[in-house]
Amino acid sequence: MADSKPKLQVSAIKNGTVIDHIPAKHLFKVISILNLEHIKTQITFGTNLESKKLGYKAIIKLSKVFFKDEDINKIALIAPHAKLNIIKDFNVTVKRQVEVPDQIKGIAKCGNPNCITNNDNVNTIFYVIPKDNEKVVLKCHYCEKITDPEDMEVF
Amino acid sequence: MKNKSLISINDYSKDQILKTLDLAEDFEENPKQRLLEGKVIATLFFEPSTRTRLSFESAINRLGGEIIGFSSQDSTSVKKGESLKDTIKTVSNYCDLIVIRHPLEGSARYASEVASVPVINAGDGTNQHPTQTMLDLYSIRKTQNTLENLNIFLVGDLKYGRTVHSLLMAMSHFNTTYNFVSPEELRIPEEYKMFLKEHKLQYKEHIDFTDIISEADIIYMTRIQRERFSDPMEYEKTKNSYMLRRDMLKGVKDNLKILHPLPRINEINEDVDESKQSYYFTQALNGVYTRMAIMSSILGVK
Ligand SMILES: [Zn+2]
Repeated sequence: MADSKPKLQVSAIKNGTVIDHIPAKHLFKVISILNLEHIKTQITFGTNLESKKLGYKAIIKLSKVFFKDEDINKIALIAPHAKLNIIKDFNVTVKRQVEVPDQIKGIAKCGNPNCITNNDNVNTIFYVIPKDNEKVVLKCHYCEKITDPEDMEVF
Repeated sequence: MKNKSLISINDYSKDQILKTLDLAEDFEENPKQRLLEGKVIATLFFEPSTRTRLSFESAINRLGGEIIGFSSQDSTSVKKGESLKDTIKTVSNYCDLIVIRHPLEGSARYASEVASVPVINAGDGTNQHPTQTMLDLYSIRKTQNTLENLNIFLVGDLKYGRTVHSLLMAMSHFNTTYNFVSPEELRIPEEYKMFLKEHKLQYKEHIDFTDIISEADIIYMTRIQRERFSDPMEYEKTKNSYMLRRDMLKGVKDNLKILHPLPRINEINEDVDESKQSYYFTQALNGVYTRMAIMSSILGVK
């Protein structure tokens, strides 16, 4: 018997971006943070794939899509170990880890129901504050309360 | 500090805090200074708070300024009607400074971003009430002759009490030692302990403070509110165990003073009122001088 490890059942792309090592439970949040529903080119998803590091991970392959750093880095809040592969002509040209931004604007809902941003038409702004073991929390610019990215609701 | 809004006590540096306190001292010695003559100040109270409003309006009157504004009877009216942004933009046209009290957290910061005039936060929900903090600092400095190296006891609701949180942050500039005294369910939140650790400041937590009261320079009492407890029996038990009585004040330091943001429920027994340690009524009067100082420095007349 060949002892080949099971390969991802997601096909290769010619040009585009592969986002790997997304915690499986956060795949749908990542999709919404990156606004993928508005993308017209081919996208393939794989989820509940076994991962030594994460337990279960998800992967997204986007054909002909390249993100700005400031946009892709937003997913670091919930997928701090996510790996980015930029593919050109079937070759990986850039390989990097996402980086946690200092500030995020307009993507997450403040966890405090009594916050002005949940009651008036105000865009949210959060400061990303490091906590122990690579985790971060979000401090609302307005109400100054803390939201944990794990419970964060995405618009 | 000219034209700069005051939303959170953290907006002021140590130096700005001390300058404001010096100015307040000047107003206490010399209260008749009509520096705001010809200025219009809007006091927008989206929820009732008689004490805070009277203190601001007294300060404005003493400085010769004009007051426009409103005070809503109940905070539910915030939910209906026009947006905060529209109200603030409109009111900005009619005044030189806005004082806002609002039941939603973050409302004052937002108001300061849409207003064309400076804004003073007179309380935004459970978040910040910086003019209260400034008067607390003034009272502490006045009674201790310094803000440096003091041992402060914060007693009562340390979880939800915004005056406690703001005072804790403001006192971190002055090498303060903190003693937190509260029931288990109302302990000081983790984020503030983290903040003190980062600033290398000493703190201890206690369930009871009768044995350690002799170490205190300042005891800052706060209300324990019934609505913070899911179990009403628990509230009844707790409220009496955090009550300060006169017989507890034997053997305390000579300079000890007791502060309270008022109104109190029963956490300070009335027999303490006549003791030489009680300071909470004078503390409220200090609010007028500190608010005079804050408004005149923001409007650039002092
Ligand atoms: Zn908020």
